[in-house]
Amino acid sequence: MSPLIEMKNIEKHFGPVIALNGVSFDVRPGECHCLLGDNGAGKSTFIKTMAGVHKPTKGEILIGGEPMSFQNPRDAMGAGIATVYQDLAMIPLMSVTRNFWMGREPVRKVGPFRFIDFRLANQVTMDEMQRMGINLRAPTQAVGTLSGGERQTVAIARAVYFGAKVLILDEPTSALGVRQTANVLSTIDRVRKSGVGVVFITHNVRHAMAIGDRFTVLNRGQTLGTAKRGEIKPEELQDMMAGGQDMAELEGSLGGTV
Amino acid sequence: MTIAADDERLKSRSRLRSALVRPELGSICGAILVFVFFFAIARDSGMFGLQGVMNWTVVSAQFAIIAVGACLLMIAGEFDLSVGSMIGFSGIVIAILSVQWGWPVWSAILVAFLVAIAIGALNGLLVIRTGLPSFIVTLGSLYVLRGLTIWLSILTTQQTIIGGIAPLAEGDWLAPLFGGKAFSGLFVWLAENGWTETYTRGTRTGQPIIDGIPMVVLWALGLIIVAHIVLTRTRFGNWIFASGGDAQAARYVGVPVARVKILMFMTTAFCATVFATSQVMEFGSAAADRGLLKEFEAIICVVIGGALLTGGYGSIVGAALGALIFGVVQQGLFFAQAESSLFRVFLGTILILAVVFNTYIRRAITGER
Repeated sequence: MSPLIEMKNIEKHFGPVIALNGVSFDVRPGECHCLLGDNGAGKSTFIKTMAGVHKPTKGEILIGGEPMSFQNPRDAMGAGIATVYQDLAMIPLMSVTRNFWMGREPVRKVGPFRFIDFRLANQVTMDEMQRMGINLRAPTQAVGTLSGGERQTVAIARAVYFGAKVLILDEPTSALGVRQTANVLSTIDRVRKSGVGVVFITHNVRHAMAIGDRFTVLNRGQTLGTAKRGEIKPEELQDMMAGGQDMAELEGSLGGTV
Repeated sequence: MTIAADDERLKSRSRLRSALVRPELGSICGAILVFVFFFAIARDSGMFGLQGVMNWTVVSAQFAIIAVGACLLMIAGEFDLSVGSMIGFSGIVIAILSVQWGWPVWSAILVAFLVAIAIGALNGLLVIRTGLPSFIVTLGSLYVLRGLTIWLSILTTQQTIIGGIAPLAEGDWLAPLFGGKAFSGLFVWLAENGWTETYTRGTRTGQPIIDGIPMVVLWALGLIIVAHIVLTRTRFGNWIFASGGDAQAARYVGVPVARVKILMFMTTAFCATVFATSQVMEFGSAAADRGLLKEFEAIICVVIGGALLTGGYGSIVGAALGALIFGVVQQGLFFAQAESSLFRVFLGTILILAVVFNTYIRRAITGER
């Protein structure tokens, strides 16, 4: 299957700092492509380039085979690329419905005035959340009353509902407990089965191995290669992320995979 | 569609509880308490007669006008400390243009609105462009505007009070919209039927003592209703909440946060000018020191009404009730013939109690910890 989005030899310089130095990456429909890397490897810069926040210094972005240049996140969203940021997905003080529709509220005309169609908005929100396996008490419930995993799920459901073809998840599991992580991973699986290409950013090899179809490792602004599921062992991924031999020795002394 | 609560850790909540637990609850309780209190101590003073009611209604309405603007702005995540200075400034602009320059009153009023709204936009632009806290930027405009107002007034008239607007406003088409009274026919009819009191002596014998609803009350009601509907029922209202709740998250989903915030600064300036114009028309004069401390009084109303100082949460109905509490306490102490300085003691106490209570309510609603 041809890729939904292809990033070719992306470079990004911030003044004298070379944050990305030739990164290639692609996502196909219905797959979960994991992007792994330690802190400072360039994961955030890379996904922000894909999401239209940064413009690449060099390199090409192809959408469905056509070259594309994003001026801002809106362009990227228009092209079907949705990003769920770790902390900035939801506004806790607002209700689930208000969050779900934020920026795209459905309206109903009454004379010359346009009001939010809350009946439709609430109904869709409840249905979509149930599809993701979350039973809300009420759509007016504040997001702050949900758990971290549930908040990620609302954000994912929102992106999918609004027609995301590529879904970028920025460390969705890093702040979650075991149970909630499992829930988010199964949400990713559901989304993938519906034909969306998922980019799953993480530094946790176990989470990546649990769900990923392909794995790409970033280290010091460069891709160290892409492997398919079954072609690579967790220990190898871990070593690539950490960048070498000393990590293997450290792990040996700790007695297993960190 | 009913959904079974399948999470055993969620306590089921009664309908009564969810109807009660709302942002305005603190101010509803506060208003009831204040009314009970004054009914107990000042029942015989005429505070709850027609004249007394009109008296504290007008004062509350004045607070409500500026509280509506401050409430929307605070929910959008910003402050405006220049409201009080803006009130003095707009009044002096009207007076200088109409009395000193001889412009028709309606054009002076319109220009005052335009200038004030432009200054509001400038406040907003400065906050957005510099990224500084609006507290600092508008603290600056508080001083700049007050200073300019006094300077302009002294420069043109050698005084800080400019009178003589009342005769100019007679026959003007716009002035009565701020200083006039509505439904006077109804009140004359009420008086003729002996249901309300009339003057028994003097030149106005036979005329009703209360001869209409002051326009300032209608402005307050209109602003409250429009602001409440915009905030809770429209897309723009959702963007106001989103801009104050988390500006970055809102931007990521395409909410035009800068535009929303600047528009809210313009709205507060508009409300301040409504207040200023109605005062100028009521007194027939403008004074450079009008509106002193009004910015804090507006913020107090809004906070009593359950809004969160850091934005993203609040209620127009709450802010309006905050203004009602403010007006009733201020005038009630007068009716009760209490020492007027006690007003501030009372108010400060209500403020702290309301915020403690509101914080508890908000945590119950939003799951904050």
